[in-house]
Amino acid sequence: MINIKTLLSKKYITSSCTISKDIVGKNGSNLFEGHDADTSAFLLSVYQHFKLSYPKFYKMDNLSKLGWLASEILLKDDFKPHLYQPAQVGIVLANANSSLDDDIKYYASVGDVPSPSLFVYTLPNIMIGEICIRNNFKGEHALFVQEKFDTDFIETQVNYLLDNNLLEACICGWVDVLEHDYKAVLFLVEKEKGERALPFSKNNMNSIFINN
Amino acid sequence: MNRDNEIRDVFVVADNVLSPLGKTTADNFSRLKENQSAVKAHHNPEISQQPFFAALFDNNDFLQADQKYTRFEQLLIASVENTLQNCAINIADKKTVLIVSSTKGNISLLETEPYNIDLKKRISLPHSAQLIADHFGFLNQPVVISNACISGVLAIITGMRLLRTGQYENAVIAGADVITKFILSGFQSFQALSPQLCKPFDQSRDGLNLGEGAGTIILSTNEKYHGNIKVKGGSVSNDANHISGPSRTGNELAHAIKQAMQDADVSSENIDFISAHGTATVFNDEMEANAIVIAGLKSTPLNSLKGYYGHTLGAAGLIESIISLKSLQEGLVLPTAGFEQAGPGTAVNVVAEQLNIKANNFVKTASGFGGCNAAVVIGR
Repeated sequence: MINIKTLLSKKYITSSCTISKDIVGKNGSNLFEGHDADTSAFLLSVYQHFKLSYPKFYKMDNLSKLGWLASEILLKDDFKPHLYQPAQVGIVLANANSSLDDDIKYYASVGDVPSPSLFVYTLPNIMIGEICIRNNFKGEHALFVQEKFDTDFIETQVNYLLDNNLLEACICGWVDVLEHDYKAVLFLVEKEKGERALPFSKNNMNSIFINN
Repeated sequence: MNRDNEIRDVFVVADNVLSPLGKTTADNFSRLKENQSAVKAHHNPEISQQPFFAALFDNNDFLQADQKYTRFEQLLIASVENTLQNCAINIADKKTVLIVSSTKGNISLLETEPYNIDLKKRISLPHSAQLIADHFGFLNQPVVISNACISGVLAIITGMRLLRTGQYENAVIAGADVITKFILSGFQSFQALSPQLCKPFDQSRDGLNLGEGAGTIILSTNEKYHGNIKVKGGSVSNDANHISGPSRTGNELAHAIKQAMQDADVSSENIDFISAHGTATVFNDEMEANAIVIAGLKSTPLNSLKGYYGHTLGAAGLIESIISLKSLQEGLVLPTAGFEQAGPGTAVNVVAEQLNIKANNFVKTASGFGGCNAAVVIGR
């Protein structure tokens, strides 16, 4: 019997992005600090600061905006799309509040005229769809709802997808919004070292998650 | 990778379907063989000003006296309880994991309760899953999947993969959704509901019916279940096209089907029937038919069970996989209720009458908002 350990591919966190407590960070450096108490206004200030241009941004709910912004900053300069086929790139995300932030807004519209544009965002995996549309990612993906970011579980999921060559690159992490509280921590996981050579592990995810 | 040495077989140990048609898988299958549908007209101004067609529980006799559980949780508890009665899986064991699938869980609490910090916790899916885990005595933290209409199929795939890694030996996978004003009004706002019984893959299909229910399946890698039906392979893909409309080509669902067959180590000739998502919306069914042709399954018998159950959202992938598993065992593929005549966009082999076949493998597919697609291969 073949020793399975020898077949496991090496995996690295080649980029990370955090958006939390008014601060946007990437690979350990703070890139932007906002001054808006309101989540929507803060997310717009991030969009403007990074000079992003994507009209679909304006119709997204706050969860998709947060996840999309974090993915843009995560991938900028560090992701080489030409290395991969669309189906080789996937996304595994978790959060605590599912789409409750938008659910509340949608249900407030029901008494008047139910809004289809709010209803479509009452599913947390829509943010994965938005990131896929932006980048033409067509691979494996999943959205898990967890009380706290379970790095052990996420590590298992991402390892399975990369070790079995179902994916060659994977964005994973946490994107959660409820009213004034928000936090996004995304990791780009690839099989090549890149500049930082940070091994993909629950401990390395945890230390980045906890420090932001 | 050498499959023979590396991939553990994942066996189906027990299952349950709890729907308006019945409280056990066997009850449900008997009703389906009699061509009974749970979908009917409802006039309930509390949840909709207009009349609507849906598959709803007439009575709530699955509800337990214990008021600490919501209706959604009680559905899950009743379904899991019945499943556990039919097997000897030890749930109070670190080798057993609970996986819960739902799209909207306790969302109806927004309709009836004041919004405050307590409700924020009460409405959360991990909270519901933990209550259910505690009720039965599971030791591990449950896994919760909420990935639109592929949630149930994705839950089966996730369970299969967790067992393959060897981290767990048994997975209890349960899914449920209940239909209230929140969900109904949303689908109405999308003009996605049919004003009559839905007609999957039919040329005059005009929208879906919603349904409520629960399904539970228990999987195990324990070799004592050798000989049982297996979950053989699965795959997920994204359209990367539109958040609320399907792919224009079906290529991405086709990719998931092909990957699932490759994972299962079976070719398209070895697939005996397909349990399609078949929501009966114009665009879903056309995309799905395209995908099935691309995947080399154009002439493979195919059905949709939405005409019996409506679209049960986070339970659909489980309920429909379990019913199809029963079809596999009995060699009886059920007809597609509501289907009469294929249109130009749905030229696949839709089963219109009960079909007796000797079947070894079937594919179950699902697609949903966010451009998600999933396929799983189940067989002998």
